[in-house]
Amino acid sequence: MSDHAMTAAQPAPSPGGLEGVAADWSADKQTFPVPWGKAMMWIFLLSDTFIFTCFLTSYMNVRISTTVPWPNPSEVFALTLFGTHVPLALIAIMTMVLITSSGTMAMAVNYGYRRHRANTTALMLITAALGATFVGMQAFEWAKLIIDEGVRPWGNPMGAPQFGSAFFMITGFHGLHVSAGVVYLIVVAMRVWTGFYDRKGTYETVEIAGLYWHFVDLVWVFIFAFFYLW
Amino acid sequence: MEHTSSTHAVEGQQHPIKIYLWIWLLLFVFSAFSYLVDYLQLQGYLRWTLILTFMMLKAGFIVAIFMHLAWERLALKLVILVPPLCLLVLIALMAIEGDYTFLTRLAAFARS
Repeated sequence: MSDHAMTAAQPAPSPGGLEGVAADWSADKQTFPVPWGKAMMWIFLLSDTFIFTCFLTSYMNVRISTTVPWPNPSEVFALTLFGTHVPLALIAIMTMVLITSSGTMAMAVNYGYRRHRANTTALMLITAALGATFVGMQAFEWAKLIIDEGVRPWGNPMGAPQFGSAFFMITGFHGLHVSAGVVYLIVVAMRVWTGFYDRKGTYETVEIAGLYWHFVDLVWVFIFAFFYLW
Repeated sequence: MEHTSSTHAVEGQQHPIKIYLWIWLLLFVFSAFSYLVDYLQLQGYLRWTLILTFMMLKAGFIVAIFMHLAWERLALKLVILVPPLCLLVLIALMAIEGDYTFLTRLAAFARS
């Protein structure tokens, strides 16, 4: 009886490993000891994983099944910088920008939990600015492809017509995620600045926004590998 | 709920800034390496192995450290990591299907 009273009052020490999984699911308590918003963000990201994998898998399928040569991404996305021909130049810069933004976001979450309002706001706004830079560079890339190279969703002069549809669908959906993330980050950053989370008593929303932002970076890792490098 | 404020659960994930900076640096290095794979025009199995290795390393570090999954309880880790395994089945099926379509196209539309 006293055992039950103890566990009800102090649920912290629970077993790890598979025993812990069984305990978490079967005990008379909330299964995941995280804020509900965080658990739901994870579930949303899980569903987003399925969406992006469906896109990348259909891209794989059309690329395997086409009898026409696939345009060489290394050449299609090359830039001439200061007179030299650099393959995938813009994509490399975009990757670095997104990784940098992931780093600043991780630090923002850290400062959030330390209740350092100024640093958290600044780092989140830097993250949003880098995200906006990424979207801007993507707009430039799309414009170059559509206007200069004549790539359309139904065809292009360089090879397999599926190249355009796969490219616009995958990078477009990712760019939409980045754009939504920029808005999301700015909203949360403003709330950090006005002390909303101090009044609420927790900075978990900053971490939840961070989860979304790192996921956007994560998706780009796969797009970079499968679409641009393959 | 005040009594739990002493444990890690309430105030979330707190880790030294240093670990984030290290992972950040690692991600830069891995990205640079995977870009070099293309820049040096490595081809064949070496190319695919390197691309996939750097991709999995980057993805692993982002999920484990930046998204704090390494510090979550196993129950949550399993909920997040096990369902995507179904996607491997989808990828395998679509690869087989793609090969089949390719061969059918060769057989039906090949110009002699």
